[in-house]
Amino acid sequence: MADILTVEHLKAYYLMNYFGITREVRAVDDITMSVRRNEVYGIAGESSSGKTSFIRVLAAAIRPPLRVVAGSARYEFDDRSIDVANAGPEAAEAIRWSHLSYIMQGSMSVLNPVRRIERTFEDFAARPLGLSGRALRQRFVEHLGRLKLPPEVLRAFPHELSGGMRQRVTIGLATIANPQFIIADEPTTALDVVVQKDVLSLIRNLQKEMGASVIFVTHDMAVHANMADRVGIIYAGRLVEEAPTRQLFTAPKHPYTAHLVASLPRIGDTTQRPALEGRPPNLADPPQGCRFHPRCPLAIEKCRQEVPPLATVAPDQRSACWRWDDVVPLPGSIPAARVPEPVR
Amino acid sequence: MSVPLLEVDRVSKEFAMGGLLSRQHIRAVDDVSFTLQADKAEIFTIIGESGSGKTTLARMILGLERPTSGDLRFRGELISRRMSRPERLAFMAAVQPVFQNPFEAFNPLKQVDRYLFATARRFLPSPDQAAVEAAADAALVKVGLSLVEVRGRFPHELSGGQLQRVAIARALIPNPPLLITDEPVSMVDASLRMSIVNLLKALRDDHGVSVIYITHDLATAYYISDRIVIMQKGKVVETGPARAVLDAPEHPYSRLLKASVLSAEDAGAGKLGPATDLMALSDRLLGATESRLEQRQDGRAVRTYSELPAA
Repeated sequence: MADILTVEHLKAYYLMNYFGITREVRAVDDITMSVRRNEVYGIAGESSSGKTSFIRVLAAAIRPPLRVVAGSARYEFDDRSIDVANAGPEAAEAIRWSHLSYIMQGSMSVLNPVRRIERTFEDFAARPLGLSGRALRQRFVEHLGRLKLPPEVLRAFPHELSGGMRQRVTIGLATIANPQFIIADEPTTALDVVVQKDVLSLIRNLQKEMGASVIFVTHDMAVHANMADRVGIIYAGRLVEEAPTRQLFTAPKHPYTAHLVASLPRIGDTTQRPALEGRPPNLADPPQGCRFHPRCPLAIEKCRQEVPPLATVAPDQRSACWRWDDVVPLPGSIPAARVPEPVR
Repeated sequence: MSVPLLEVDRVSKEFAMGGLLSRQHIRAVDDVSFTLQADKAEIFTIIGESGSGKTTLARMILGLERPTSGDLRFRGELISRRMSRPERLAFMAAVQPVFQNPFEAFNPLKQVDRYLFATARRFLPSPDQAAVEAAADAALVKVGLSLVEVRGRFPHELSGGQLQRVAIARALIPNPPLLITDEPVSMVDASLRMSIVNLLKALRDDHGVSVIYITHDLATAYYISDRIVIMQKGKVVETGPARAVLDAPEHPYSRLLKASVLSAEDAGAGKLGPATDLMALSDRLLGATESRLEQRQDGRAVRTYSELPAA
């Protein structure tokens, strides 16, 4: 079966026109990737790396000044296929929540503070489920049971719930119509460590149960390590590396990834961690050539002139670096030899 | 023995919640004691989840909040009391805060160097412009920046990591022996985070500044701290040398926190099963009526309970 999502040469820019002067911010610049069926695909990137703009295109929430300039993002659902990068709002509306859903970051700002949870559930689910009255309510109670939430939650206001419970409710909203594709944007960033692990395992279990595919966005590499099947790293609007999770952590082939992996402190290891100098580039005026070259320890003249293509460098692994063969794991990285037994 | 830098002596803080008839008292901080020595700079870490009272404790150390009971002493002087303005200024020069979100700490419409100059003018003996600028530059050099880079810049022109370093530089202007940092890296991007953590380490090692590092991140705590205290709902459950405690935590709640840390070491193995037994046990221990901190041989103290409350 074909991949559920195929993105080809996607370019989405913020185009602004002030008094006849056009400015463009290349937030998503030529991204090609795909998400397989039944897979959790992790996307990592810093703030203002363009990951949120990329997600907006994938979630069919493209609003000016963000515009798709070129490329496509095609979903192959079981019963239909749609290119969200070029489809109109009506076509996007038809698949939202029923096929494609979205778990948002701040659970307090997602849930309406003056409406009971049940009303919010009705707003989200009545149309895609096509149910009403008692049948609809019965469905809510069943679904909350899957999320280990008591039915009384439906009568509660958002402020009466703890942060972890509220995040479970937003996950419930996103999954109630059994979507085939879920986009999760930093769903656990605001949570405490204990609750975070709990919520992550909940998302993972629901995904397996429903057979859905998930794009999971966070800047926390430790979450990706435990959550994702494959991870893609975005830097300054471009996908710079993509690999199966274990491979990405033990044998990174892009200097930026190598740094991200090595800078993760671990309990039981006191190796001096390196800090990356410089700052992420301004997307309105990105550097020539490879966008990472001003901060890259391996940069050569070619990196300053030519943009490296995202090339396959190992089975299932792609890297956009001219010198990918010279990238070695930095001190503090995880030794490849210690392979844990998978529990899945 | 010399006078300790900071003494926190059996400090508690209660907040009243609700109206006249349904008044409830919440003990945000419950009988916390520790001491920082003056002769040896160290990074002292307070670990806890939200609601553990770690920020309330920090506010009390900064003198922004007065404890319900117990005493705080800085260099032998009681600080949990009303202070006159000169006393207060002298104390503020010695204990400086760094906050969580650098984008909120700075006014977006103000150039960041104005914060540096204002702090320098307040705390320096001679407020002439040359001395003020020299002090600001010296503090910026300590954090790996310089006045030339920062002068005239607005907060949005700097990255989160740079901005947090400016916030730390501002705190360093009066040459304080103690910095209180409340989650200083949680809002900073991954690639810039280690520069802040390494900076705190350098302040301790090269400039002799003691740091109280408040966090919920056990991994960075292990990386930089000398001693830690783990708090659960206002109570200290385990305290001692950081490496010893985090390598082999003893209290169920400390074990739960360690078990919940996502490790990159198991990358790709999908280990996400929550430690439900520890969760249930540490919840049960919250209901215990009698407990005390018991000293262990390796220097740590662990909260022990005379009887285990029924589930």
